[in-house]
Amino acid sequence: MNIPDNLFYTKDHEWAKIEGDSAKLGITDFAQSSLGDITFIDLPKIGAKIKQSELYSTVESVKAASDVYAPLSGEVLKVNDELINHPEMVNKSPYESGWFSIIKISDPAEKDRLMTSLQYKEYVEGLSK
Amino acid sequence: MEENIDLAVTPLVDTHKNLGAKLAPFGGWLMPIQYSGIIEEHNWTRANAGLFDICHMGEFAIEADLSKSNLGDLLTVNLKSMPEGSCRYGFMLNEMGGIIDDLVVYRISEFKWMIVVNAATTSTDEAHLRKYINSATNLENISVHLGKLDLQGPESRSLLQGLIAEDLELKYYTFGYFNLLGENIIISRTGYTGELGYELYMPNKKIPELWEKILTDKRVKPIGLGARDTLRLEIGYSLYGQDIDQNTTPLEAGLEYFIDWEKEFIGKAALKKEKEKGVPKRMIAFASGSRRSPRHNYRILYKGEDIGSVTSGSFSPSLGVGIGMGYISREVKTGELVDLVEGSVSINAKVVNKPFYKNGSAKCERVKK
Repeated sequence: MNIPDNLFYTKDHEWAKIEGDSAKLGITDFAQSSLGDITFIDLPKIGAKIKQSELYSTVESVKAASDVYAPLSGEVLKVNDELINHPEMVNKSPYESGWFSIIKISDPAEKDRLMTSLQYKEYVEGLSK
Repeated sequence: MEENIDLAVTPLVDTHKNLGAKLAPFGGWLMPIQYSGIIEEHNWTRANAGLFDICHMGEFAIEADLSKSNLGDLLTVNLKSMPEGSCRYGFMLNEMGGIIDDLVVYRISEFKWMIVVNAATTSTDEAHLRKYINSATNLENISVHLGKLDLQGPESRSLLQGLIAEDLELKYYTFGYFNLLGENIIISRTGYTGELGYELYMPNKKIPELWEKILTDKRVKPIGLGARDTLRLEIGYSLYGQDIDQNTTPLEAGLEYFIDWEKEFIGKAALKKEKEKGVPKRMIAFASGSRRSPRHNYRILYKGEDIGSVTSGSFSPSLGVGIGMGYISREVKTGELVDLVEGSVSINAKVVNKPFYKNGSAKCERVKK
C-alpha cells in the first residue's frame, strides 16, 4: 500500500497535499484498490465552495458509486479535466496524475483534524485485521 | 477481516487466493469477484478466452419416461420436442406465474435429463421438484459432486479442441460427452457471456486439475464474477434474484420466447390471464449518454413521472457508457428518453433494444475449409 509521507489523510481515504494557502486533493491508493476499475468521476465545479467532511465528489467503479468527502474547506480553483475521459488514471496514479482538484484553503487550522501518513498507515492496517 | 464461516466454497478457493483474487459472498458461496480487474477480464473474454469457476451452480440428474412422468409439467420447456444432446433455456414457475428459477435442461438420452440451476435457489428448486414429481420420476441432486467450469470467448473452440481427441463439433445449445483427464464428461456449447463458449461438467475432485490444464494455454485467463456480470448485462441476460424472481413473470421480464404455450405447465393459467389483461410492469433496457452508470434500485423517470426502478445497472466496458435494465409500469418506446435518478444524481438515458453489445461470437459456427 502506497502512503506518501508529505500528505494528510482522512478516515474516508481522501488525501490533501498542502502547498502554501492551497491544497491538491485526491483519493488514496487504498481507496482506488478497494473500488477497483474507476469508470467515472463527478468533479466539483470551479468556484464551488466545499466544506471539510462534506460530500464534494462521486466516484463510480464498475460495481458501484461511492461518495468522496472534502479533506479541507475551501474554494475550488482547478479540477483535473483529464479524469473525464481517463478516470482509470486514478487507479494507475492516485497521488500524481490521478488528483481530483486544487482548492484555496479557507481554514488552515482544519489540517489538525487530518491524519499524518504514519497515523493513516496505522489506521489502514487496523482495517485489514 | 471477513467472517465467511457459513459460506460454501468451491474446490478452487485456495487456487483463487493464490492467484490474488478478491473473494466475496455470492448466493451463499465465497466466490472470486476479480483477479486482475473487471474491465481487463471483461475485454480479455470478448477478445480471447476466459475461464470461470462456476462450481457453485446446482445440477439435478433426473430419470423420467415422458409417457409416465410429469416432469414436463414443472417446466416451461417442451421436453418432448427436445432431441437427445440438446439443451434448452426455460423456467420453473409458481402457480402465479412467478419465476422460481431460470434453468437449462439437458436431454442426455430418451429417459435421462440434467437440469442446471442457480446456486442460491438450488434447495428451493429441489423442494419444489420433489413436492410435485410423481413416482415415475427419479430425481437426484448431484450438485455436491459435480463441478462446472465455463470457458468463454472467441478462442475457446480452438483452445478446447487442443485438449480433447474427439472432434469438438457442437452447435449452439447442444452438448456431447468427451474424454478429458480420464473422465467422460458433458461439454455443452452454452454460456452467459454472449461469446462462443462451453460449459464443462467435471467431478469436483478433478476440477483443480482441469482448471490448471486449461490455464496453461496463454490465450485464456481466469475471470471473476464481476466481469461475468458485465458480460451478461451487455447481452441483456437476466440475473436471477436481481432482474427476475418469484414476483416477476417471464412475460413481464420480456422472456415470452422461452414459453411453450402448446404444452401444460404450472403457472400457465396465470400467464395466460396476464397475457390477455396486459402486464402490470415490463422490462426495458437503457443506455446512458455518458460513462455515468445507473445502479440497482435507481428510480426510472419518464417526462418527470416515476414509472419504475432499475434492477441491473453498470458501466459497460465494451461500449464505454452506462447501461441497465429495469421494470416500468407503462409503455415507453425504443429511442425515447428516461432519467435514472437517485438522490442528487440524475442520468439521462435512451431506451434501447437488447442486446446492448451486438458483436458477440456465441452463435458463430465453424468455418469449413
